[in-house]
Amino acid sequence: MSQLLSWGRYPRRPQIPHSVNWPEDVLPSLAALAAAGHSTSLAFGCGRSYGDSCLADSGHVLAMQNMDRVLAADWESGVVIAQAGLTLSELIRIALPHGWFLPVTPGTKFVTLGGAVANDVHGKNHHVMGTFGRHVRQLTIYRSNEGVTQCSLTHRPDFFSATVGGLGMTGVIVAVEIQLRRVATSEIEQRSIRFGGFDEFFELSREHDSSHEYTVAWVDCLASGKQAGRGHYIAGNHAQEGALDLAPIGGLQMPIDPPFSLVNALSLRAFNTLYYHRQMKKKVVSNVGYDSFFYPLDRLQQWNRMYGRSGFQQYQCVVPQENGREVTRDVMRQISKSGSGSFLAVLKQCGKLTSPGLLSFPLHGVSLALDFPQRDQVNERLFTKLDAMVHEAGGRLYPAKDAHMSAVHFKQAYPMWEKVEALRDSHLLSLFWKRVTQ
Amino acid sequence: MNQNVLIIGATSGIAEAVARHFAEQGARLFLVARNSEKLQAISADLVARGALEVATFVMNANETDRIPQMTDAAWKVHGTIDVALVAHGTLPDQQRTETNIAYAIAEFRTNAESVIACLAALAQRMEPQGKGVLAVIGSVAGDRGRPGNYLYGAAKAALDTYASGLRARLFKSGVHVLIIKPGFVATAMTVDLNLPARLTATPDRVACDIQLAIAKRRDVLYTPWFWYWIMLIIRWIPAAIFKRMKL
Repeated sequence: MSQLLSWGRYPRRPQIPHSVNWPEDVLPSLAALAAAGHSTSLAFGCGRSYGDSCLADSGHVLAMQNMDRVLAADWESGVVIAQAGLTLSELIRIALPHGWFLPVTPGTKFVTLGGAVANDVHGKNHHVMGTFGRHVRQLTIYRSNEGVTQCSLTHRPDFFSATVGGLGMTGVIVAVEIQLRRVATSEIEQRSIRFGGFDEFFELSREHDSSHEYTVAWVDCLASGKQAGRGHYIAGNHAQEGALDLAPIGGLQMPIDPPFSLVNALSLRAFNTLYYHRQMKKKVVSNVGYDSFFYPLDRLQQWNRMYGRSGFQQYQCVVPQENGREVTRDVMRQISKSGSGSFLAVLKQCGKLTSPGLLSFPLHGVSLALDFPQRDQVNERLFTKLDAMVHEAGGRLYPAKDAHMSAVHFKQAYPMWEKVEALRDSHLLSLFWKRVTQ
Repeated sequence: MNQNVLIIGATSGIAEAVARHFAEQGARLFLVARNSEKLQAISADLVARGALEVATFVMNANETDRIPQMTDAAWKVHGTIDVALVAHGTLPDQQRTETNIAYAIAEFRTNAESVIACLAALAQRMEPQGKGVLAVIGSVAGDRGRPGNYLYGAAKAALDTYASGLRARLFKSGVHVLIIKPGFVATAMTVDLNLPARLTATPDRVACDIQLAIAKRRDVLYTPWFWYWIMLIIRWIPAAIFKRMKL
């Protein structure tokens, strides 16, 4: 059976999957692993976490993807109960024809429901809808010491808040009850605006965040001097008139691991310049399908292989509103100076809505995400500088993307971690959790 | 075209994937399996995915005297059956079959006799209909006995021969018989095997092939396709050489 890696393929710690087909298989699988000398494991969905939060300390994971059944769906109320291995992609295919869409979606649809809950993912509508966990009505979880248990905001709320964003530590999530959101069409009315610099981005954010459910910006982090902070601002709303169609399945596939990273200073500069100039007009308004609006990268399957065998790291931080503008600018400058950026730097104004999750990542402030080809020393030097800036400003890093955060920074940025540790299932342990707590 | 589809062994990985494909086309389903809880979960899922109607019947196919009750119920619910798929089976522990004869016989019974009993009962019902496809899951293992799994292979070979005869018998009536020979498929049945990743297909991939083969009324389906060529070579190896090989 092929072994599994995380999305960034770094750290390279291949995982052996043990497939779980039914909820009642969970505890026997954990017991069998324990009997074989692997006292801990971890639920593994699509492996879309970038760093080591989806990797088990033991190297043995429970593969959840076959557990993907819809257990109940009420198309009047939009409440769906499904097994945790169902992907958001499948859920859209099932729910959209009935006029329902995800209340919150990350930038890829190839994640499982369980993964979306465990990482309390967010999307372009964070300023309006908050995180994924806000729309979860109930969770069904298997714990090695108590068997099957359920939790929600009202039933065992402590356990619920430790599990939402809890990185899979509190038990194996086997079913998720979620409230979907109504849509009239499958299209998004998109507004794409080119901007020349940071100040303009913050202007655009202020102007559009109240009138647009979805907002995000792409920034060219290699541009310096006058052009520093140039990019595209993209805002959208669900279109009220148009088709209600599913996007076609398929797309291109990255067929091989290139011997070296295709993402380097030369290709980056060319790409970013082309991308910035892709639209000649200052502002373009158009209706686009949900797939191209939310999931542009999903069209090149396994795009992570572009970074070659050594993989890459994503650096995603959020900085509180007070210092958001200045610190983000400084962080971008620092990255620009280092010359090792990414072809997609994403800037997002996060909103004030809080999550039930104790370890939920977003804060009211500015979130920045960039990919870096894995180069041990270069990344380490740069990240050390960036981490200091982010933490000094009261910001934090996103565990779902992380492969480097220090235990000190984690504990400082996520002070509630001890509550999650107290509720941790002793048979579950990720490499990430071990790294930042032990 | 809303088809009526009957599936025996509906909780097996391949059967569930096939059922989803039919559900997405708005089929009416009749699902048969041993475990009623799993049947309920799968039914709910298939309804959410677009099935017009899902009825279930709890039965252990080894209790062959219950098969007529099952077919009665299916035809009562749906009137006619357009597609019947017999998909139940187990993967015996070959080494255990070599020393435990009772176990070997029981496994052969599950994988050959009970399947033949289902095929026979379904054929009786489908022949007077004068239409429909009767599909059964065989295996590439049935093409030639290998030391690693020849009890399983022998049971699947029995199905192959039975299906061939049944196909010819029913041809005049308009009922078509398809035997499906999957290679390695990642399902609950094979979860403990260390299958080579490059040769292992997902149940969904196999289900796509099966649905197409049913629609095109193919006689024999190797899935994924490359198994046809692999088995062609394996069948042609002279016995004098084959017996010396570790397969």
